[in-house]
Parts: sequence; C-alpha cells; structure tokens
Amino acid sequence: MNTLIAIGVLAVLVLIAEIINLRKLVIPMTIVGLLGILGYTVCHIDVEVSYYNNMFITKKFSNAFTSLFIALTIFLVALSKDFYQTQFSKIADYISLKLFLLMGAICMVCFGNMAMFFLGLEILSITLYILCGSDRTNIKSNEAAMKYFLLGSFASGIVLFGIALVYGATSSFDIAEIITITSQGTLPIWYSLGVVMIIVGMLFKIAAVPFHFWAPDVYQGAPTLTTAMMSTLVKVAAVATLYKLSFHLLRQMPEGYTTAIVVITILTMSVGNIIALRQDDMKRLLAYSGISHAGFMMMALTALSTSASNLFYYAAAYAVAGIGAFTVVLAVTKGKDNQLIQQFSGLGKRSPIMALVLSVSLLSMGGIPIFAGFFGKFFLFSQAVDNGFITLVIFGVINSFISIYYYLKVIVTMYTQNEVTEETQITVPLSYKVVGIAAVLINIIIGLCPSILLGLFK
Amino acid sequence: MNVTILLLTLLVGAIATYLSGKKPAAKVALFFGLVAFVETIALICQHNAGTDAGYMTQWIANPNIHIALKADGLALALTLLTTALTPIIIFSSFGDHIEKSNTFYALVMFMCFAMTGTFLAADGFLYYIFWELSLLPIYFLALLWGNDTFEIRKNVIFKFFIYTFAGSLFMLLGFIYLYTKTGSFLLHDLYNAQLSSTEEYWVFLAFFLAYAIKIPIFPFHTWQASTYEKAPTVGTMLLAGIMLKMGLYSIIRWQLPITPSAAKEIMPTVIILALIGVVYGSIVALKQANIKRFFAYSSLAHVGLIAAGAYTLTLDGLKGAVLQMIAHGFVIVGLFYVGEIIYKRYQTRMIGEMGGIRQQAPKFASAFMILMFASIGLPGTFSFIGEFNLLFGLSQVNIWYAIVGGTTIIFGAFYMLRMFQKAMLGETNTIVFADLTTRESAILGILAIAIIFLGIYPKPIADLITPSLVEIVSYIK
Repeated sequence: MNTLIAIGVLAVLVLIAEIINLRKLVIPMTIVGLLGILGYTVCHIDVEVSYYNNMFITKKFSNAFTSLFIALTIFLVALSKDFYQTQFSKIADYISLKLFLLMGAICMVCFGNMAMFFLGLEILSITLYILCGSDRTNIKSNEAAMKYFLLGSFASGIVLFGIALVYGATSSFDIAEIITITSQGTLPIWYSLGVVMIIVGMLFKIAAVPFHFWAPDVYQGAPTLTTAMMSTLVKVAAVATLYKLSFHLLRQMPEGYTTAIVVITILTMSVGNIIALRQDDMKRLLAYSGISHAGFMMMALTALSTSASNLFYYAAAYAVAGIGAFTVVLAVTKGKDNQLIQQFSGLGKRSPIMALVLSVSLLSMGGIPIFAGFFGKFFLFSQAVDNGFITLVIFGVINSFISIYYYLKVIVTMYTQNEVTEETQITVPLSYKVVGIAAVLINIIIGLCPSILLGLFK
Repeated sequence: MNVTILLLTLLVGAIATYLSGKKPAAKVALFFGLVAFVETIALICQHNAGTDAGYMTQWIANPNIHIALKADGLALALTLLTTALTPIIIFSSFGDHIEKSNTFYALVMFMCFAMTGTFLAADGFLYYIFWELSLLPIYFLALLWGNDTFEIRKNVIFKFFIYTFAGSLFMLLGFIYLYTKTGSFLLHDLYNAQLSSTEEYWVFLAFFLAYAIKIPIFPFHTWQASTYEKAPTVGTMLLAGIMLKMGLYSIIRWQLPITPSAAKEIMPTVIILALIGVVYGSIVALKQANIKRFFAYSSLAHVGLIAAGAYTLTLDGLKGAVLQMIAHGFVIVGLFYVGEIIYKRYQTRMIGEMGGIRQQAPKFASAFMILMFASIGLPGTFSFIGEFNLLFGLSQVNIWYAIVGGTTIIFGAFYMLRMFQKAMLGETNTIVFADLTTRESAILGILAIAIIFLGIYPKPIADLITPSLVEIVSYIK
C-alpha cells in the first residue's frame, strides 16, 4: 500500500513540476523516485498485510509482480526523454500517465476485492487509451486509440457483467468471502457464467486467440514507446491478473474448463506465431510474437497451485527481452514513418551495440539457452509435463522453433552486409544504449541465476 | 586440478580474444587454445594416475539442476580431440585477411568452450545448454564470414540453424520427461531411470531426432553439404571435425544407456538408415564438382558408419565408433585444409579446374596423399583401427551390415583416388602452384604424424576410453 501511495505522490509531483516549469527535472526525479520505491518494495517483499477491509492485499505474489512492474516502468521512463524530444512541453503529462498506469497495474495484482480489481483494470485501460492516441496528428495513432478504446471498453463491460453475476451468486465482492462460499456448497449456474465472462474479458486484455484481433493494429498505430509499454508491462500485468483470478475463482469449475484453457493456450501460441511469420513490419511482428508469448504464459494456468514462480520468471524474462527489442526499434525508426524490418538491414555495421541488444532479446524470446527466455520456457514446460499436459508441451516446442524462424529472419537482416551510407547512418542516444545494455545484462544474469527470481516465492 | 579450469580457460580465452583488438586476436586465441590443450593433457595424465577430475555443485535447487562435469576416459578423449584441433584450426587461418578478426576468433574460442562443455557435462540440463550454446557461434561464423554472397548463404545457414534447433528441442522435451520421472537431471540418475517400454521408445526417438540431424544420419542430412560449402573453412573444420562428434558422442553417452531396451528394439532400423547414409554419401560424393561438397559427402559416408557402429550396442562397435570419431576429426580437418590451400592458390573449389599440381608441389602432394589414404582407412593409419573395430562390431550383429558397411572402404577408395587423380595428377598445370609454406607444412605435418602415430600405436587412446565404454555397455545389458 505504501508503494502505491508513494507512486501516486510521485505522479502528482510530476504534475506540479510542470506547473512550476521544472520540466527538465521530471525524468530524473521520476527515475530516482521509482528506484527508491522499488528498493522499498523489494525489501518488504515478504510482508503480507491487508488494507481497508481486504480491499488491497499484499502477498509475495503481488509484491513480486509489483517490483517487476516498477522496474519495467523505470526503463520506459528512461526511454521517454529522447522519444518525446519533439513534444518536450508535454513530457510531464506523459510521465504522469505512465505512473498512473503503473498504479493501475499494481491494483490489479494486489486486489482483495472485485471492486478493487475493476478499479485497477480501468485505471490501467483508460491511461493506455490516452497514451495510444497521444500522437495526435498521426491518423494511425488516432485509429489505434479509437479501436482500442471501443474494444477495450467492451471487454471491460463483459468483465463488469461477470463480476455482477458472481456477486449475484455469492452476494459478496470480497475474494476471501467468495472462496468460503464457493467451497461450501452448490452454486447457481450464473456463478460459472460470471467467472467465464471475467476470464473472457481478461483474455481479451492479454490478446489471447480468438480475442486478439485488436492487438496488431493497435500495436502498429500507437506511438512506439506506448507499444513497448503495452507489450511488456500491460501484457504481464494482465496475465498475472488472469492467473490470480483463476487461482481464486476456479475452485469449482466443470472439467471442461481445463480443456478449454488448453485449447485456447495452443491456439494462442500457434496463431500468433504463424501469422508473425508473414509480417514485414517490426511492430506487428512483435505484436504477434507477443500474442504467442501470452499463450506460453497461459501454460501456467494448467497448474494453478504450483506455477506462480514459473509464471513470474517467464513474465520477467519476456518483459526484459521486450524492453530490449523495443529500445532498438525506437532507436532505429526514430524520425521514420514506418517500422519495416527493412529498416534494420545492416544494423550490425551501423550500430553494433543496438544489433547485439536486438539479437540477444530476440534469441531470448526464441528460447536459446543461457538467455532468460530459455529458462522461462523450460520451467513452464517441465511444469506442464509434470501435470500430464504432454500435448500442450509438444505444441509449445513446435511453436518455439516456428518463432525462431522469424526472429532469425530479423537477425539475418540486421547483419546484411550493406555499406553504411549517409542516409542509413544512425546516432543512438545515450539513454537508449544504457537501457538496451541494462536489459541484456539483466537477461543474462537472471538466465545464469534463475534462483534470484524463483527464490522469491519460497 | 579439475575440468572447470579447462572450461574457464576457454571462456576467458574467448573474452580475452575479443578484447585484444584486431591485430593480436589470432595469436591470443592460439595461445589460449594451446594452454587448453596442455591442460587437457595434464587432466588425462591425472586421470590415468587415478584421480577424478570431475566437478559437481548445485546450480538451481528447484528444479533440481546441477553443474556436474564428468571427466572419465570417454569424455576426456573427446575433449582432447576438441582442444587439439582448435589450435590447429586457428593456426591454419593465420595470415588470412579476416574482417573483425577479434570477433571471429572469439567466436571460435567460444564454440570450443561450448563443445568441450557438451563433452564433459554430466547433468542433462547443463548438457543441453552447452549443446545449444555451440550452435550460436557457428551460426554467426558462417553467416558473417562465409563464402558466396550474403543473400545466397543466409538461406543455407538459416536452414542449418532451424534444422538443428528443431531437433534439439525434442531432446529437451525428452529430458524434461525423464526429469518428471526421476526428479533429477544427473547422468547417473537418468541411467537408473525406471521407464516402461513405451516411454523408452518415445524418449529414444526424441533423442534420435536431435542426434540424427546433428551427425547427420540419412535422411536428415540435407543441411550438411551446403552448410559446409558456404561456411568459412575454419567453420567447416569446426563443424566436420568436432561438432558432428557431439551427436555421435551423445548417442554413446546419453541415448543408449538411458534407453537400452528401446535401442535394442529399434536397432535394425537405425543401423539400416545409417548404412543407407554410407552408400548414399559415397555415391553422391562421386558426382560432386566442388571439393568442399565432395568432402562433405565423404564425411556423410564415414559418420554413417560410425553411427551404425555405435548402434550395434557391442563393446567393439562402441570402441570403433569412438576411435573413428577421433581419427575422422583429424583427417577431415586436414582434408578441408588441403582444399583451402588449393583455393588460396587457384581461387577455385571446382575439382575439374584443378589438376597437374603434383609436379609443381611434391610436398603438398605427399601430405594430401597421406590424408587421402587415412580417409580411405589404409592399414597403418588411425582410421583403419577405427573402421576395423566398427566393422567387427557390425559383423557381430549381422554379417550383412558389415558387408554393406565395408563398402565405404571400397567406395571410399574409388572416389578418393578419382578425385586425387583429377585434382593433383595429369599434365602440369599452367598456373603456378607454390609448394607448402612453413606454416602449412607444420599443420599438415602435425596432422599426418598424429594419424600415423595413432595408427601404429593406438593403445593410449584405446586404454583411455575402454573402461568408460565397459561401464556404458554394462548399463545397456
């Protein structure tokens, strides 16, 4: 709770800095503040308390994810200075929106009450709608915001309807009470209906197949930094919430539910990957690969009681790789009006560091050993095999090498032997280099010592 | 002293090479390669004296993963192959103009590190990591420093990567399954896993896919010839000399002892596949115009025989397989080097455009001839010992296997001599062919001495590997 309040205060301070014309201070102040808050949260990771009549509960699970969200936000804020160079007068708005979004994400993993969950979801969604449309003169950005807003609010509506039905069945919004009631006896049919609606709403948010159609257009149209945020922070937050909801609500579900989840997981992994094969736009490619990664993360839903640490590890590995990849996309496509893979050709010569960062990030996403992504996949796979979902794992394996196919395509393009010309020359701002290298280092460190993250859940 | 020092030397070597800058990179890499070689010799002496050089510590508690390195005779023999060939390969490229040479040699050293790790690992998970890790450096070596235009080679190298990666993922799946059964990745625990025959069958197949692609066994060989052709010669030497031995070694170390009864059941099928590779490789080799592709197909025939020998599950077959792996490593590196020497002088890899070299370069011709006879398996060369054991092992299972396998020798003699005749003999070539330089003579000399010395006196290697193979056979029985 202190974390949440501190972030709220920080966001307000950012807005005040705008009023008293201290825009230059905004980013350093936010980064330092967030680092302090991250330190505080990590130190108190074992503290389990509930606030305001169980509205807001901190547990190891929620604390761990909160720390991850804060760390990701630090990266995204660090990238902002150079990204918003041309709109520097509005920098305070953008940064404070990012902080509010972070608050929403934290509420989503810390909720102890359905009302709090919905509040978090809406804080996150609404700030994201705004950020999507923040490039006001760009028609694509407008389209993305409109699409995301319409479909997103529709999904929120479904979630809300679900919550109402669950309330109707249990006469409570409180998670603990709902659990007590559901474990006692038979429930009316609309309880299951409500839960399914909530899950479907969340599946929409994580862009699982068949609720994924919005994702590529929105990813492509939104300003690149917002896309980075959506595909790392927001996706991870939504998956963690889906996991938490399933964990609490799915104690009395018909057996068919597992089958449904397995089928959706396989579809999400496969459809995302197969469509990604045909993409020539980098942002769309990352969007589709993100869809398939959501599928991988959904594997954790097949073993609710034991897979929290594995999910967390995968989420962290994926998000760190995503940050690395998007940093390079930002650096390369700066000032360009498209993000075609062609833009990356010859990057190995134009900027070896950025090429290395993108290679490592993509190889990590593809699951090549020593990078964190491999361990993430490995933990999820072994979990699923342990629970007897061998078919699921075989599909996971097949998808791993489908994904390597298009990741390698990008890497090969980067190392094409073109001569560097005036036109293709790029200068990479320092902040991008720092973030990119930090992402690579974190990737390798958590790959070499997975216990750092897995140990949090002991 | 234990084997971690060897691995650290190689890793530090890779980093030092990268940091050393462009000019001294090759020398730094060579230095660390030689240090690693000396360390391997020291480890083998220590092993022969009876001290265990293995290493084990917990890496991740849950899931239960160890950093376990086992330094028995078998692992050390393959480590010796790796650390002996790496300095030779590095030395062979001295004086070449290589762009960004520090990155190039760092990748070579890193690959050597990963391959050594693969041979030493005694924990399935660690083994898998090293196995995959060795793929990255060769991918970039071939992609960035390969032959032909980038557009052409990128597709070839791409296919190679996807192919091998796909195979190994199924091996990972096999390991995960074994882990859920035994709760451990340690070699020893996996040997003692209690599996039903269906489970063994599937685990065997999962492993087989990875190894069959890596070795390669027919019909998984389609990546091989083009990759060898397009990769830079250093990369081809690493691939053919050492990397494909990872697959053969893994059959003996991991696949057979973990799934012995499935291996017995499927034995005829896999031996026949391997033998098809032998005959197919030999026939296709006859038709090759490019000398690198020619060696690639001859290599396909030879490793096919090695794989067949390993799958006989007999002690002689396994022994022959290991001896022949080492022999083949030396011979094929020598042959690719010969091809490279000709290329440097004639700027062609087409056998048809060569010819008439012998009169101009007698030293070169003799060295080439020794390597060629070693490749055929002439008595007195190391390959003969290996092939003899392999065929003997095959004859214990079924005499027809040995007969078909024996055709490698006949076919081999035929296509090798024909190639030699076309490339080296005939009317004196109009283009001048300078004879071997000191460096070239030194490299070919070392290889020839190793091949002949071990051909006459194979006892040190045979004694080194036999106890470990006896142990493995006892698990198979």
